[in-house]
Amino acid sequence: MTTAVAARGLGKQYGRRWALTDCTLTIPAGHVVGLVGPNGAGKTTLLNLATGMLEPTTGTVEVLGARPASSPQQLARVGYVAQDTPTYANLSVADHLRFGAHMNPGWDAAMAQSRIEQLGLDPQQKAGRLSGGQRAQLALTLAIAKRPELLILDEPIASLDPLARREFLQILMAATAEQELSVIMSSHLVADLERIADYLIVLVGSRVQVDGETEDLLASHRVLTGPRSAASALPAGAAVITESHTDRQSTFLVRSTAPVHDPAWSADSVDLEDLVLAYMGKAASGDARPALEEIR
Amino acid sequence: MIWMSWRQFRPQAITAGAILVAVAIVLGITGAGLISDYNGAGLSSCHLSCGQDATNFQNSLEGSVYLVVFFAGIGVMYATPALIGLFWGAPLIARELETGTYRLAWNQSVSRGRWVLAKLGLGGLASVAVAGLLSLMVTWWASPISSVLIYSKSTSAVSSRLTPIMFAARGVAPLGYAAFAFALGVTLGMLLRRTLPAMALTLVLFAAAQLVMPAFVRPHLASPQHATAAYDPNRGGEMIISNGGRMVVVESASIPGAWILSDTTITPAGKVFTGPATSACAGASINSCDSWLAGRHLRQYVTYQPASRFWPLQWTELGIYLAVSAGLGGVCAWQIRRKRA
Repeated sequence: MTTAVAARGLGKQYGRRWALTDCTLTIPAGHVVGLVGPNGAGKTTLLNLATGMLEPTTGTVEVLGARPASSPQQLARVGYVAQDTPTYANLSVADHLRFGAHMNPGWDAAMAQSRIEQLGLDPQQKAGRLSGGQRAQLALTLAIAKRPELLILDEPIASLDPLARREFLQILMAATAEQELSVIMSSHLVADLERIADYLIVLVGSRVQVDGETEDLLASHRVLTGPRSAASALPAGAAVITESHTDRQSTFLVRSTAPVHDPAWSADSVDLEDLVLAYMGKAASGDARPALEEIR
Repeated sequence: MIWMSWRQFRPQAITAGAILVAVAIVLGITGAGLISDYNGAGLSSCHLSCGQDATNFQNSLEGSVYLVVFFAGIGVMYATPALIGLFWGAPLIARELETGTYRLAWNQSVSRGRWVLAKLGLGGLASVAVAGLLSLMVTWWASPISSVLIYSKSTSAVSSRLTPIMFAARGVAPLGYAAFAFALGVTLGMLLRRTLPAMALTLVLFAAAQLVMPAFVRPHLASPQHATAAYDPNRGGEMIISNGGRMVVVESASIPGAWILSDTTITPAGKVFTGPATSACAGASINSCDSWLAGRHLRQYVTYQPASRFWPLQWTELGIYLAVSAGLGGVCAWQIRRKRA
């Protein structure tokens, strides 16, 4: 299976409000995919549609080639750590592992047990008394120990402190390295994804702004700095994502692999955060480039 | 899935078990005393012939702890289904929706249909079992008093197990009430997605059902019987004379163990007797009134469910409540399967 999630014209309406409109995307399997976008971009809605927690209003979505949550077998193939990492507050950590064992035929008890020990969680501790980070770890353990093919995480670390974030990501990375596991993890913070994602999707206003393997994205984008000028003055083949101008110089973030020969321009590589922010900013300004003529 | 349902249900099950044990102890101790008093009064070996002994025994109960337990037993039978609906039914799904744990539960390798059926099945069976055990215990405890009330031909509201008050506290109908209250609570919790409002609405709707059933449905579950007899003012009853010159007389019906649905006095023409009021009855002399009434050739017309209808009505009512419960369970399963976050 090479496609983790395939959405076509996917839309979800709540009352009169559309949480997601006409979303078409393909998420390949075999990657740790970062799904990044501002709040309200439709990330959670998309993931809830992909796990079958929501039914689409329009369009279709397939996960690992089948309709989400269409059968117990299909449920077993997908692990989901929902937003705010829900657990049963009055059940102990050990009870949660028993819960996982009873609810999943493919449950890996030894792995779950060793993870809990590794995390230093007291099996008798009630989940309601765990810290946010521990709760997230418990939820992750439950999702991983059912041995899914695809693990979906919806902003699992948004509410955690930096240390807990790092620990969570370490565990996640270790798990993806051990198992043949595709991962889709959403976040509105690029820094969270930078460490682990090898594939990136920027979602703004239900639209995929850019997607691709992180390395390719970084290699195909660059920052061009030169004398103040209009975008039309740029070397051929460069698609402008964002631009900014001071009195004397202009800076463009462009998508281009063509070498820049004009000595007036200096080309620098971009980091992931700049790249994502550029695409978000572009989408926010409604794709309309600022009219440079007016400034002149 | 059954393990999980049980694990989540365990605290409630322990509470229910403790309450059952406490009730059993109280009923066991007082019940033994009641039976020994009953045997001591010589009532165990007699039947309807023991009217006087029975009346004496009945009078001796006044102010005793037995009377308190007798009515407490009725109260327990009424409260149990309601409490089951409130504390077992309403939170069952509402709590999962409220705390977001359904998102954990629905992403395990178990279909939502099985998830909800396991929860409903376990909770429903436990509800029926608790109501059944309580009904058995309370009925056993009250059996001496019930016999005495029959022997003494009492006409009080608790004298027959067919009267609305007693019917819902005896036999197998309470099993149906418990199942219905549970299913009602679960359904409302699922629809409202909030535990507290679901509990409140469960209580209101269950109470309404328990009022509507005896008032409008149960009398028609079996076609009532009718009895007519010559009106005899000496048998006791009541007489109401209103200002407009209207006069209504009602003679107490005495059909052993029956549930009297209506009791009217009719004229020879078959109409309900409404007067006009006569001066013979407006005066102080009862005799002159009685003899005037005797001259009207009135008849007493009673509509009733005979004592023999107790078990048919009980089973019918159980069937109705179980069918409604199953319907509600179906609604839950169907809704959960298509319900989305």
